Amino acid sequence: MNILVCLKQTFDTEERIVLENGHVKEDGVRFVINPYDEYAVEEALRIKEEHDGQVTLVSVGPTRFEEAIRTALAMGADEAVLGDDPALFGDEFTISKVLAAIISQRPYDLILAGNQAVDDGSGQVSVRLAEELGIPHISMATKVEVEGNKVTVHRDAEGDTEIVTGVLPMVITAQQGLNEPRYPSLIGIRKASKKPLTHVTVQDLKLSAEDLAGRINVLETYLPKPKEAGRVLSGELTDVVRELAEALHTTEKVV
Amino acid sequence: MDFNLSTEQMEMRQLVRDFARDVISPRAAEIDETDEFPRDILQQMGKLGMLGLPIPEQYGGVGADFVAYMTAIEEISYASAALGVILAVHTSVGSFPILYFGTETQKQHYLPLLASGRMIGGFALTESGAGSDAVAIRTRATREGDFYILNGNKVFITNGGEAGVYCVFAVTNPERGARGITTFLVDADTEGFRVGKKEKKMGLHGSATCELHFDDARVPVQNRLGEEGQGFSIAMRLLDGGRIGIAAQGLGIAQAALDAAYAYTRVRKQFGQELNQFQGIQFMLADMATQVEAARWLVYHAAQMRQAGVDCTREASMAKLFATDTAMHVSTDAVQLFGGYGYTRDYPVERYMRDAKITQIYEGTNQIQRMVIARHLQS
Repeated sequence: MNILVCLKQTFDTEERIVLENGHVKEDGVRFVINPYDEYAVEEALRIKEEHDGQVTLVSVGPTRFEEAIRTALAMGADEAVLGDDPALFGDEFTISKVLAAIISQRPYDLILAGNQAVDDGSGQVSVRLAEELGIPHISMATKVEVEGNKVTVHRDAEGDTEIVTGVLPMVITAQQGLNEPRYPSLIGIRKASKKPLTHVTVQDLKLSAEDLAGRINVLETYLPKPKEAGRVLSGELTDVVRELAEALHTTEKVV
Repeated sequence: MDFNLSTEQMEMRQLVRDFARDVISPRAAEIDETDEFPRDILQQMGKLGMLGLPIPEQYGGVGADFVAYMTAIEEISYASAALGVILAVHTSVGSFPILYFGTETQKQHYLPLLASGRMIGGFALTESGAGSDAVAIRTRATREGDFYILNGNKVFITNGGEAGVYCVFAVTNPERGARGITTFLVDADTEGFRVGKKEKKMGLHGSATCELHFDDARVPVQNRLGEEGQGFSIAMRLLDGGRIGIAAQGLGIAQAALDAAYAYTRVRKQFGQELNQFQGIQFMLADMATQVEAARWLVYHAAQMRQAGVDCTREASMAKLFATDTAMHVSTDAVQLFGGYGYTRDYPVERYMRDAKITQIYEGTNQIQRMVIARHLQS
């Protein structure tokens, strides 16, 4: 079985975000595999171990993504394709077009990806990718079973579980809780540098200028307001309750 | 002068660091409290390749270099000095002697077991009357046909009772002094071999330190490591690597103590301000950080030399001396900075201080290191 995993490198979630001239500063930041994509990598490896096959990582982003790719190769993925030509970068629309162009050049049965990236959190790319490829998708999987070309996927549904079935080829996106990703092994790290990593440029893909033109403009990037100290309400109980209800309705607007 | 880790070395260090901080750190206080050998963690370390890091791939290891192995000892010791010493002894003196001096049969048999962690390695040189003066050992080995018969006692044996094989040093020819000592690979299930008392130590809880007894222990001739009389030179060949390993352990403890002290002084308030706003405290933190940094350079400089195959006896002793003295100073100051809380087991710094003490003592006391350094001053 040919399993493709779409993977992105993101900030370590413990990193502090610093803005400089309206851009997020990347100097000295630790980057990791997007945690949701890491679930996808782990699931791909488990399916491979059970059914035999080949796990290929597909990624679009700057050359520093190689770090995340090597980690996933060290976990056990077999090879990787990275579109690190800046001409390929863009918004979710562009990235899904580029991924589709890369992927349609190779055989695949199952495409796994994270449900979303922890940096921009749009959750669009994999679903768009499925549309581009004209194949079905099941998102936010918490359990995946593959039998022949039949797939059974569990997903959280408001405190209950929804069970969805589908037929390969398809895209499945990983939700937290799908699995516990393994650590790469030390021998895996040594082997990773010998595994094939193909670089793709805009010349390698049949994409129009229209495909590569993003649809989104980022107007402004700013940090959330620092959290203010809580307010303690005091006085007669009935007054306090009235004040609290009032605040929840009008100030905090949560009710 | 290039002093950077390669990408591969950095990736390996990152993996060990992630594992140490995610898996070992949350368990470190419990391991210290119960003094139980952390077999389950070692099993996981074995699966990830951490117990065979510098062992060649053909013998089931990772085939990483000595520098990468030192980063692993540092990172593991940062989380738990007990696991740090288990790893260091298992590899530096439990596995290396077989790799360096073993026959192909011995290597094929033992190294894959050791590198995967299915077997833990041990090293038995020290005796009650032979510590720094290793030539004074009295354990005897007499040849009888296809066997050597071993009689005697060893003390302070790390991984005692947990190891599957021990490199044991015994006298085969008492008239020849240092040249009359021979090394044997003694399997834990050898007839006549017995693990004795387990020491109750000040620190390094979780690492087993035991007496070993040999009462007519029958060791097959094919388990002799190297030639008869080669034992002392085998032990000497392991010294530099072993010392840099303990230096790396000291460095890990020192870094952990520094990080804990720094984090605490940032949040602890007295007289209306955080501790790290007081100049007296800043001076202490600055001194601690400077010592740790100096120790790091000594450790990795010696490791680099060892990796390059250059004679590094002096540098290994300097690294061992300085890094372990630093572990002691910095952990003691960390306890001081935590005040009364530092003296309790609610915080890890008292453990760092107890663990640091032994690093100044074993693998050659720091007095011995000074003798070695002085002896090498002229060369």
